[in-house]
Amino acid sequence: MPPMRIGGEYGSRPVERRMLEKLNASSIDSVERYDWDELVQEDRVHRLIYTDPAIFNLEMTNIFGAVWVYLGHESQIPANDDYITVRLGLRPIILLRDSHGKIRALFNRCAHRGTTLCRKDKGSARIFTCPYHGWSYLNTGKLRAVPWPDGYACDFKDAKYNVAQVPHVDSYRGFIFATLNPDAPSLLDYLGPITKPIDEWLDRQPKGRIRVCEANRLKYKGNWKLAYDNSGDGYHVVFSHRSLLEMENRQADVANKGMSYYKNSPDTAPMYIAYMGNGHHFKDKRPNIERRAGGLWAVEGPAPGSEHYAEALRRRFGAKAEDILDLASSEPVNINVFPNFSLLGNHIQVFEPISVDETDVTWYGTAVVDEDGTLDGAVGDINALRMRTQEQFPNFGEVDDLANFEEIQRGLACREDEWIYMHRGLGIPGRVKTHANGIITAPATDEVFMREYIKEWKRLMKATPKLAAQREP
Amino acid sequence: MQTAYDPAISSYYVNDGLYRKLVEDFTDWQREELVVTAPELRDHFRLLIEREARLLDELRFDDWLAMYAPECIYWVPGTPGGGDPRREIAISFDDRRRLEDRIFRLRTGYAWSQAPKSRTVRLVSNVEVFATREGAARMVRSNFLISEFRVDGTRFLSGWCAHRFVHSAERWQIQVRQVNLIDCDRNLRNPSIVL
Repeated sequence: MPPMRIGGEYGSRPVERRMLEKLNASSIDSVERYDWDELVQEDRVHRLIYTDPAIFNLEMTNIFGAVWVYLGHESQIPANDDYITVRLGLRPIILLRDSHGKIRALFNRCAHRGTTLCRKDKGSARIFTCPYHGWSYLNTGKLRAVPWPDGYACDFKDAKYNVAQVPHVDSYRGFIFATLNPDAPSLLDYLGPITKPIDEWLDRQPKGRIRVCEANRLKYKGNWKLAYDNSGDGYHVVFSHRSLLEMENRQADVANKGMSYYKNSPDTAPMYIAYMGNGHHFKDKRPNIERRAGGLWAVEGPAPGSEHYAEALRRRFGAKAEDILDLASSEPVNINVFPNFSLLGNHIQVFEPISVDETDVTWYGTAVVDEDGTLDGAVGDINALRMRTQEQFPNFGEVDDLANFEEIQRGLACREDEWIYMHRGLGIPGRVKTHANGIITAPATDEVFMREYIKEWKRLMKATPKLAAQREP
Repeated sequence: MQTAYDPAISSYYVNDGLYRKLVEDFTDWQREELVVTAPELRDHFRLLIEREARLLDELRFDDWLAMYAPECIYWVPGTPGGGDPRREIAISFDDRRRLEDRIFRLRTGYAWSQAPKSRTVRLVSNVEVFATREGAARMVRSNFLISEFRVDGTRFLSGWCAHRFVHSAERWQIQVRQVNLIDCDRNLRNPSIVL
C-alpha cells in the first residue's frame, strides 16, 4: 500500500479513492454517470442538482472545500485564544485566534479517534482537551499531551498526531474565508472585482468597521442553492414579499418604504444586477435611492424607537444627524460571494448546507463600532436603532422566501418535469451587457446571475480538486 | 399610561430608559422573597396566561393585543438569558406598532410562511407570580409547550415566558412579555407564528 497522505478527501487518498470507485460502479445514483453539460444548460438546469444526494455529496468537496468558503468575522474572535465553532461544508471547525494571534481553522476532530474536541459555540481556550480520552492540544493544533504515554510505542512528536486544520485561511477586511484546495487562487484573486462593493459597504461605517452582534438564525428544508439563487433575484421581490411591502407602507403617506421601488417598472429602474466572476454577483439598488444625507433613513420602514431616536439625534446633532440615521438604515445592496456569503442591508447572511434538502441560513447582525468617538457618543443610540431595523426583514421577509424555497423542493419531487428555467433576459438584444472588465450587467429582475454562477458551479463540479488538510509540523 | 403620542403610530417609548429597565431590572421573578403565594392572586394571573394562550391558538389577535398595555414589548431573545437588545439583535423585539405590523402582515393573505396557517395548541404551566421592587407591577414566570401543525408535520416549540403586568384602567395589562425558547440560539425553521 502506498503511503497515505494527510486528509485528502476525494481523489487524493488511494484507499478512499479505490473504495469510492467501487461504490460508484455499483450505485445507480452515482455522480459519475452524469453529464454535467446536460444537467446545466444555457437557459435551464435539471432538478437533480437540487435533489440528488450524490451531487450534494460531491458539492461538499468540489464546492465547500475547493473554493474559499466564508467561516466567520474577526470581531467574533477579537482576542488571542478566542474561538467560535462553525462548519466548512459538513466539516465541524474550530475557528480561532491562537495564542500568538494567528487565525486558524482547526478540524474539530481529535487526531486519536475522531471525537469533536470542542462542543461550545464560542469561548476562549489555550488548550483543547478531548473529552473522550483526554488527549490535549494547544490552540495551534499541536498535540500537547496524552494520558499515560508509557502505553504507546510511537513518537508523539510525529506531526500526524497534531489536529488537522484547513491549510488556507485568509481574511478580507475582517471577513474570514478558508479553503482546502492547494490550487485555489489567493483570496483576493478569488473575490476579484466584488471587493469594490464590499469596500463600499464597509466604508459607509465609521472607520470602515463593524462588529457582529448575534443573529437571526433560520433553517429551511431545501437545497442550499435555492438560497443562492434567491440572493441576486430582483424578480421575486414584489411577489414573495408582498405582505412585507404592504405592511411597511400601511401607515406611510407616500408608499416608498423599503423595497417599494420594485413595484413599478423594475426593469427600467436604475438598479441593476452585476455578475462579477467566480460565481459572485452584486445587486445594486442604491441608484434607486436619492443620494443625500438621510436618503436611506427616509425610506427605512418603521422600527421600535424610530421616532424617539431620530428626534433625539436631530436635536443633538442638527443636520449631521441624517448621516448618523443612515447608519441605522438598510443599505440597498445584495453582495453575494459564492458559495455561502452575502452582505445585504446591514446583515452578513451565511448559507450552510446540512443535507441535500436542508440548509441553515443565518442572518448575522452587525453593529457600528466607534472606538475613537467619530460619532460623538451617538453610537449607543444608533446601534439600539440599528438592531431593530435589522430584525425586520428576517421576521417579515425572509420567512416567506424560505417557505417558497421549501415549496420548490416539494415541487421538484415531480420527477417527470425535469427543468428549472432561469432564462429571464436571455436572448433580448442589448439587455445583458458585458463590460470591458468582464463584468456582466442586466436589469435587476434578470436571471443572468443564475445562468452565470451555475456555469461556474458546473466547472467546479467537473473538476477533480486535490483537497488536503494540514498539520503543524 | 398617558402619552401625547399614539404608540400604534409612532414609537417614542422605546428609548434608553426602557432598554435599561429590561436589561437591569427584569429579574424580579428570580427573587424568592418576592413570590406571591395568595391563591386568588396566583389564580388571577394564571387565568390571564391561559387566556392569552387560547387567544393565540384561535388567532384572535385583536383580543390578544387588547391584553397588552398601549406601550408594550414582545421580546423573543436570540441569546439564552435575554442578552442586551441595545447591542444584539433578537429573534423578535416588537413594540406596539411592530406587533400590529406583525398581525397586519399575517392577515394580508400573502404571508407565505403562514399560508396555509399553522394550527397550534399551547400548554402553559408552572405559573409563578412575583411582586416587584417597584411595587405597582407584577411579574409572572411560566413554562410553555406549543404543538404546531403545518403542512407536513407537527413540531414542538418550548420554553418559558416572563410577563410583566401593570395595573391600568382597572385591569392588569401585559407591559412586557419575554418569550425564551430553549433553542433560541439555534437555527429555527419557519418561526412565523406569534409565540
